Parts: sequence; structure tokens; C-alpha cells
Amino acid sequence: MIPFLRKRMISSAIPLFCVVLGVFFLARMTGNPVDLYLPLSATAEQRAEFSAAQGFDLSIPAQLWNYLVDAAHLDFGTSLRTGQPATEMVLDAFPVTLQLAGVTMLLAITGALLVGSLAAYRPNSLVDRIASLLSMTAASIPDFWFAIMGVLVFGVSLGWLPTSGTLGGPEIWVLPVATLLIRPFGVLVQVVRGSMVTALSAPYVKIARSKGATPRRVIFGHALRNAVTPVLTVAGDLAVGLVNGAVIVETIFGWPGIGKLMIDSILQRDFAVLQAAVLLTAVTIFALNILVDVCHALTDPRVRLAVPA
Amino acid sequence: MTTTAAPSPAAADIPDNTPALDVEGLCVDLSTPSGQVRAVDGVSFSVRRGRTLALLGESGCGKSMTALSVVGLLDPAAEVTGGAVRVRGSDTLRMSPAERRKLAGPVLSIVFQDALTALNPVQPVGRQIGEPFRIHRGLSRRQAHEKAIELMTRVGIPEPRQRARSYPHQFSGGMRQRLLIAMAVALDPDVLIADEPTTALDVTVQAQIMRLLRDLQDEREMALVLITHDLAVVAQRADDVVVMYAGTVVENGPVREVFAAPRHPYTRGLLDSVPEHAVRGRPLPAVPGSPPELSAVPAGCVFQDRCPLVRERCVQERPTLRASGDGRSAACHFSEELARA
Repeated sequence: MIPFLRKRMISSAIPLFCVVLGVFFLARMTGNPVDLYLPLSATAEQRAEFSAAQGFDLSIPAQLWNYLVDAAHLDFGTSLRTGQPATEMVLDAFPVTLQLAGVTMLLAITGALLVGSLAAYRPNSLVDRIASLLSMTAASIPDFWFAIMGVLVFGVSLGWLPTSGTLGGPEIWVLPVATLLIRPFGVLVQVVRGSMVTALSAPYVKIARSKGATPRRVIFGHALRNAVTPVLTVAGDLAVGLVNGAVIVETIFGWPGIGKLMIDSILQRDFAVLQAAVLLTAVTIFALNILVDVCHALTDPRVRLAVPA
Repeated sequence: MTTTAAPSPAAADIPDNTPALDVEGLCVDLSTPSGQVRAVDGVSFSVRRGRTLALLGESGCGKSMTALSVVGLLDPAAEVTGGAVRVRGSDTLRMSPAERRKLAGPVLSIVFQDALTALNPVQPVGRQIGEPFRIHRGLSRRQAHEKAIELMTRVGIPEPRQRARSYPHQFSGGMRQRLLIAMAVALDPDVLIADEPTTALDVTVQAQIMRLLRDLQDEREMALVLITHDLAVVAQRADDVVVMYAGTVVENGPVREVFAAPRHPYTRGLLDSVPEHAVRGRPLPAVPGSPPELSAVPAGCVFQDRCPLVRERCVQERPTLRASGDGRSAACHFSEELARA
């Protein structure tokens, strides 16, 4: 397992470096921060002074070099908006997103495994039809629409749930998690159902039944573990989508996570924070992919034992 | 062969005359995109403990479907529409799923052809082999594991203690078939059904597996239902044979007598196509044509399109399986004629 992990980390390093470069150049294409930060009436001297202080007067290669050297020291500079170190701001915001995404994925995966397995046990039964219809609907609803309708119905009309913020009891989680949950849940139910139908028609399931195994034993003891491989792959993709998709939900519900931080930084041309945020998100996505591979190896001995010791 | 002695509850204790498995008039319908078709049409046979019955026929003749109906493992698309499957004096087709599960393992057991897909790829083999003891005897994980090691030793797996923790893909084809057999005989079933147990193996391994099955059958007094299209296996291993064609039984009886003097032209055709009698330079004899589609089985005799003896009567009237008093039956209007020829 250890050589396998090391190999995966090394092969992730190159694309990660490309992300680092990409962030630097793309951020500079969004506009000149000097224009944004100083009033229109600023004199040429003031502009030059500001540029020099922030390092914007250097040539692009020189700016890039400084950025890379600092990044290697995990120093992404200070925020133009707040004067705080960018790394600090990003590390403050990140756990908020991680919590939101973690809770959502946990609920989506457990829920989908239950509903998908039930639907797959008797294909074309009433349960299956209802599950398929609902999951198809869930997978097709745009999350921003769901978020806005949620706010309108439960926040404004009924007044049951707070519409934004992170202060309060468990009820503050309901709308953001529900919004993030709905699509991954719908997609995962379909994937679980599909791979369970395949697994349940496999000869080893027949053999398990020929030993007198109860339906519960057949589903959870034999079929499920074989069915999880595609589920894990898709769940990994969806988790990546959640870390990214948090932008919309965090903006709508005012959660101070990494998504909101990124959007604010773009709007304010806050390069340092933006670069740090994008980089951390990228690292998370690479880590998630490695995690999915590790899970594959754990659930499937054919993957695990194929890795030469 | 066609014993229909009144089944008694103590059947299991009297192995001599009461069959361990008695199938009568089994019918299975299959839902296909073009509608319902009859895949198994009135199949009857019975087998006593210690005896071997071969279900012989080409692919698609309904022999596997028959086997799966007996153990209650039909796909949802197939449905038993008639007949009886009696073990220990009760008809399993009239039992609840829970009652049937109680029989699955201790009374009826099955071995499949493809042992790689028949073993669960993500469970260590020892756990799978020990599972019947967990389900039916309530043994602990550890006790079941010990039982699995005993069984693996019995079926000839080298170093069973270490190998019990290995996964199916780490075994050869022959070893996997041994594992599957170990699992099937774990609880000493009355009846073991072996669905083409050697088809996927090479010839030397086939012989080993057949020997293992025979040894296990002898020591456990099992009734063996051997499903195959291999005439040599039937000749060597079976006591009785049931020849199936297009979902029906066309001939049955003791193997020795049926093979010596077949009373159905299909059996005759099969036996003639064994390459032993072949002459160099001459095409191998074969039964011409192919079996009818299940959706287009002819109204008269099912074999009429391929039969060298076909007459007007064969097209009009389907021959029934007639017993001839000597333990044999054939479904042919002209079986006496064939016997004389």
C-alpha cells in the first residue's frame, strides 16, 4: 500500500505544478489590481508606489519566480483586502467547506446504498420505479434553483429555517446540505441500483442463495461489496464536484467557506488569496482521487493484490 | 426410473426405494421480448441416493433451466408453471421461500460450470466454504473457518490453512472447481446437482474433478444429477440418463441399455456423431440442422425437422413419453422400428 501511495503522489505532482502556473496567469488576465484598489483620482506616483509595494512593477517572469519561491515555503502573500496572510485565510475557510461536503457525501452515500439496493433487489417493482423516478428527478434539478426555492419556501414563506449564516443550531445545516445533497444522491442511487442489479445476477449470488442465504445476507454479505467499485468512482467525482460546487451554495447561504472566499477574491482581484485557495482546492481534489484508489484497493482484493509488494 | 412411490416424511431415512429427488411434469416458462415461451415442457425424472442421473442434451435444450428450477434459483424472467419437485416427501415448489432456504445446502446443492464467477471475488474462499455452516448450523466464524479447512483438505487443496485466506482469483481453474465442490457438499446434501462441472477445464483436470465427485458421492451417499452434453462422461459416470431435446424428455432409461440400443432417433443421432466411429477422409456424422427456436417449436414431434425417419404422423401428433416396461421410455411413434433397425 505504501509504494502504491508514493507512486500516486509523485504522479500527481506534475499536474499540480501546472495548476500552480495556471492560477498565476489566469488571475492576471482578470484585470489590473492597481486600477481596482486605488481611486480614479490617484496620482501616477501613488500608483507606482502601490505597485512596487505589492511587487506588481516587476516583469511577469520575475513575479512568477517570486510567487513560486514563496509558494514552496507555503507563503502565498498577504490579502489585498484584509492584510491577513493568505494561507491563514484559506485555512480558516477550508474546514467550513470540508464539513459541509463531508456531511453531504456521508448522507448521500449511505442513503443511496440503501435506496439503490432496495430498488435493485426486485427490478421493475413498485419500489424500483419510485426510486428510479425520484433519483432521476433529483439528479436533474439545478442546485441553485433548488437553493433559491428552498429559501423562498422554508425561509421566507414558512419561516421554518434560517436563510443564511452559520450561527445557530442544527437547523442552519438543513438548507445548504439539502441543496448540495440532492444531485449526488440522485446520481448515486442510479449508480448503486445499476451495479447492484449486475451483482445480484452474478453466479456467485446464485451460489450464495443455493447455500440458503437470506436476502439480507445475499445483498449485504455478497452483492454490495462487489457493487461498490463503480459507486466509489462516481462518489469520488461527486465529492470533487462538491468541493467546487460549494461556491454556489456558500454564496447563496453565506457560509464562509473556501468557495465564497474564492468568489470574493476574484471580484476584488485579491490574487494572493485566490492563488492559495485554488491551490488548496486542487490539492484536495488530488487527495480525493488518491483516496478513491485506496478505497478500491481496500474493497477489491484483485486491485489490492495486483500491486507488487 | 419413474418411481412414483408414495412419499413418506421419513423418506430421508430409507435411502433404498424412495427417490432422493423426484421431479414430475416440470414446466418452466420464459419471458422473452417476443412473448412467453415454454423452456421446459413436462420434464420428469427421479434419482435415489448413491445413484447418478445424467441430463443429456445440447445447449438450450432446457437442462440447466431444469436444474435451476429444482434448486429454486431461476432468473426472474423464468417461472415454474407446473409440476412438482419432491425431496424428503415434500414438494419444494409449494414451499415458502424460507422453507426452501432450509433445504438449500443440507438437502439440495448445486455446482456450476464456471467456478471463477461462481465464487465471490471479494471474499476469502475459506469464508465462502464455511458459510453453509454459519447459515444452517449457527457455527461461529472461527468454527466455520475450521470446517472450511477440513473441506478444503478433503477436496485436495494443498496447504489449506494458508489458502483459506486467499481469494478466488489466486487459484487455478481446477482448484476453483474443487473449492466450489467443497462448498456444495459441506452439509452432506441428499442431492448434488452438477451443471457441466468440467466444461471450462482441460482434459486431465476434468478427469480429476470427475473422480473427486465420484469419491464424494460414494462416501456421502449422495444422489448426483449430472448435467452435461458430453456422451463420454455420461457413459462412464451415470447409472441412468435422461435425454432432453427442445425442453422435453425424448428418451430415458439405464445408460448402458439406452446407449446400446437407443429408441429415439435423436439419441441415435447423438451416439452416431461420436468421432470414435469416424473414418478418415469422410465427414464426421452429425445430426443435421439445429434445434427449433423455443418460440417456434412445431406442433407435432419436436424433433421432426431433423429426424431421418419423419413421417406424416410426426407432423400431426406429438408423441408422448411411453414407458416400455423395462425401465425405459421414449417419445417416438416409431421407437419399436428404431429398436429393430
